[in-house]
Amino acid sequence: MRFGFFPVLIGIFGVVMFARLFSLQILSDEYDDMSLQNSVLKQNVYPERGYIFDRNGVLLVSNQPMYDLMIVPKNVRAFDTLDLCNTLGISLETLLEQMDKARRYSTRAPSALVSQISKQDYAELQEKMWKFPGMYIQRKSVRAYQTDVAANVLGYISEVNYFDMAQDSYYVKGELIGRQGIEKTYEKTLRGTKGIKYLQRDKFNRIMGPFKEGALDTLPKPAKDITLSIDIKLQEYGTKLLANKRGGILAIEPSTGEILMSVSTPTYIPNLLVGRERSVHFETLKQDTLNRFLFDRSLQGQYAPGSPFKVLNALIALEEDVIDTNTKFTCYSGHFYAHNQFMECKCPSGVQNNLNRGIYNSCNTYFSNVYRRIIDKNNDAADGVNTWSKHLNSFGLGSYLGYDHPVGQAGYVPNANFYNLWYPNQRWKGATTVSNAIGQGEILMTPIQLANVAATIANRGFFYTPHFVKGIQDEFIDPKFRTKQYTTISEEHFAPVVEGMANVVKMGTARVANIPGIEVCGKTGTIENFTLINGVRTQLTDHSMFIAFAPKEDPKIAVAVIVENGYWGGRWAAPIASLVIEKYLKGEVKRTWLENRMMNGSLIDEYAKVTSNKPFEINE
Amino acid sequence: MNKLSRIDWSSVVYCLIIVSAGLANIYSAAYTLDNTAAAWSVLEKQLISLGLGITAILLIQFLDTKFFERYASLIYLFSIGSLLGLWVFGTEVSGARSWYEMGSFSLQPSEFAKVALALALAKHLGGLNTKIERRKDYFIAFVLMGIPAVLTLLQPDAGTALVLLGFFLVLHAEGLPQLFFNILLSLFILFVLTLFLGAAWVYMLLVLGLAVYLIIQLRKKRKRVVWPALFTLMVFGAFTYSVSYIFEEVFEQRHRDRFNIILGKEVDARGIGYNINQSQIAIGSGKFLGKGYLEGTQTKGGFVPEQQTDYIFSTVGEEWGFLGAVTLLGVFVLLLLRIVRVAYKQKTTFARVFCLGFACTLFIHVAVNMGMVMGLVPTIGIPLPLMSYGGSSLLAFSVFLGIYLRIEYQRIEA
Repeated sequence: MRFGFFPVLIGIFGVVMFARLFSLQILSDEYDDMSLQNSVLKQNVYPERGYIFDRNGVLLVSNQPMYDLMIVPKNVRAFDTLDLCNTLGISLETLLEQMDKARRYSTRAPSALVSQISKQDYAELQEKMWKFPGMYIQRKSVRAYQTDVAANVLGYISEVNYFDMAQDSYYVKGELIGRQGIEKTYEKTLRGTKGIKYLQRDKFNRIMGPFKEGALDTLPKPAKDITLSIDIKLQEYGTKLLANKRGGILAIEPSTGEILMSVSTPTYIPNLLVGRERSVHFETLKQDTLNRFLFDRSLQGQYAPGSPFKVLNALIALEEDVIDTNTKFTCYSGHFYAHNQFMECKCPSGVQNNLNRGIYNSCNTYFSNVYRRIIDKNNDAADGVNTWSKHLNSFGLGSYLGYDHPVGQAGYVPNANFYNLWYPNQRWKGATTVSNAIGQGEILMTPIQLANVAATIANRGFFYTPHFVKGIQDEFIDPKFRTKQYTTISEEHFAPVVEGMANVVKMGTARVANIPGIEVCGKTGTIENFTLINGVRTQLTDHSMFIAFAPKEDPKIAVAVIVENGYWGGRWAAPIASLVIEKYLKGEVKRTWLENRMMNGSLIDEYAKVTSNKPFEINE
Repeated sequence: MNKLSRIDWSSVVYCLIIVSAGLANIYSAAYTLDNTAAAWSVLEKQLISLGLGITAILLIQFLDTKFFERYASLIYLFSIGSLLGLWVFGTEVSGARSWYEMGSFSLQPSEFAKVALALALAKHLGGLNTKIERRKDYFIAFVLMGIPAVLTLLQPDAGTALVLLGFFLVLHAEGLPQLFFNILLSLFILFVLTLFLGAAWVYMLLVLGLAVYLIIQLRKKRKRVVWPALFTLMVFGAFTYSVSYIFEEVFEQRHRDRFNIILGKEVDARGIGYNINQSQIAIGSGKFLGKGYLEGTQTKGGFVPEQQTDYIFSTVGEEWGFLGAVTLLGVFVLLLLRIVRVAYKQKTTFARVFCLGFACTLFIHVAVNMGMVMGLVPTIGIPLPLMSYGGSSLLAFSVFLGIYLRIEYQRIEA
């Protein structure tokens, strides 16, 4: 008999099994990961994206349900494919291809057969769902735009790409992100924070219920609604006024820096970028390089400012003490600013202009002299330009201003360095760069910068950083939007300039902008511009420009208007600005004749010249 | 002496622990969030079997040990008959003709064949003139084992056949000539080596080893070893090649795969290795403390196949962790050692051999099952005794336990 045999055998068994358990459960980590991978599904719970309202509480952007037709291939039985195709308006090939794709993905897990079905199609489909076994409808939330305008302000959302995911680990494939406009700037506010739900999955990938009774789940943080400073009625009105014209309007409330409107035309209806046709529409909009639908002229359009820039030169000259309000220059319908260099002016020959007359007559001769005095103040052009440049920078020129919209341009303010590079022998002075005097030189400005200059003058020396958002649900807006930015110009120098601007409307170049009962201050601009046609630098019809604010005392609105190739400032820009002001301050517009002329006026023929491949006349 | 104190309470307690753990884990394995009713019905069935088992244990206590000794042959013959009867009355379930179906109840006679064989071997070895060292006696023992083993193998039910042939361990413990054990161990090693290295290499190793052995022996002028050595070479060589042949030609791919997975030759987590892989994931992911009762993600997701039956131990590993699994392993080891200890206390050969038979059956079940669940042994359908879901197995082990308790009771009584 072998008494020890069984005990030894049992002992060996115990040790071996203990060792195996130890190696599986204590030493190895791989099984733990594998277990979570195949049995626990991490599902994100999204808070509903925040709503967007206008300054008066009008709902602009909300959410709408969209429907995905989901399929579980294993449960599909024979069904009427033609019926389904007709209901959804898809081809049989598409359907079969999608079904095949779904089958290859998984026969038991659901995949989307047709996504983003509209409410209308859904209504019809829902009635028939019993005919399609193995399919069901899943609800999704997408944006619903309650307005047909302000696409450039609101922006849009779209699915995250690899770059977004690399930038911010918050996002995973298939999620939506604010891609443009307010949706982008206030992405975190509008989206809230997703919660995570852990679900127990079985071997067929079916959901069995919450994992650990939801103990690990995190709750989503709700999104916040945003109130814009935009007045949607004004925005609509502006969009109508700019119909069939390329241009932009930007209006600011000077006392707060709130942007009241930001119109860019041609524009598109925001709802075009929602739903199944989104990508088709997007490509169409993106590929039009002439109309540039996705280009925001009010924020991104960089133009030579033209005559409105003269008021800035006036302010700088007063501040630098190179002129006073009585300083006079004689205009001979222009003047020689250098040997054989004549600059034309619209003034009758022999007129003596002081500051006030210089502004309201937009006298080139006057401002040319003023500019040269600024630059050549100490007989040091470099120093003069740098001083001039510094003053301009204090108005926000040459910078992005810091407003809460992702697009923009800094414009351009040259300094001494720039001219030193431009004129290698460094022999340049005021006269050399005299185009700057009338806003036609190297200076570039965007409409928002122009509107901000108008607001700054309206405020007599300071501005608030312009911004699109008036309020965020139980949150304060960025404090930088509530901080006064002072310019380098003393307050007392503004009064004479404002006076001149008031006269522009009363008796000057923009009498059309006069509104009975409201004292409007403004300045017209007529901007020479060029383009390349087949490689040849060609001059086009001037841009029509106007900046204004009203009323003169305690101003409520400052506005800049540009109408591309609209010819002189008083033709389009000044009337449009004036109508906008009237609409905003009075609520209704009495001058319907002017309104009709603007709304019905079209520059389509003007724009067609560029692509006509024929010689054409400008400034007709 | 108090009557109740004659009962081997340690074994009873160990068994109760194992059965309770079994019930809890069967419920958990069958439990899904969308269908708790299903888990209850599974548990209910197992409770009915348990009730039957306890009844059987109690009834056995009214019988005398002598009864089993006397009727051992009859019980054995009846058991063989029930195995043969399967060919006529049996029902085929997933490819194996192992079941009698009576209404909603089904019975697996091969489970009871284990008890019958234990009784028959005990009676044979307990015979007055039986000496296990004698060729005739161990031959009879081999035949007693062989008949039910062959019958179950034909069903086919390799697991039960393995358990029945496992009684060899009892014979070895009882004093079977060492040669058999050595041969079996050598063959086992050869078998594994052949699968690992292939027949040719193993044969070369054999020749080399024997050549060295012969040279050493011949130098010592021991010429008698030459013929036995050559004979051994022939037998082992033939075995090696037949293993290779059977493995490659007779086995089906699924059988081959089962071995290959254990040998680490083939890793295919999705396909053939699915069971073992999932079972290891479940156990491995339990870590030290486990995921908690009814919290096992793999168990709830139904990733481990046959989890209520053969793979019940993976539920323990996942939900109760290393701590729970080792505790359970400990209880099994204690139970086995207790039975062996009790066996050697017995005064009659019949009693001793029967108890060893019980221990041996239990041991092979536990060792092979745990080994399989943890990926140490090729997949073979053997339940974890007293734990796995299944009425016949539970009832058969209850009968084993009942007779065992009765034997020990009567030993103390006497």
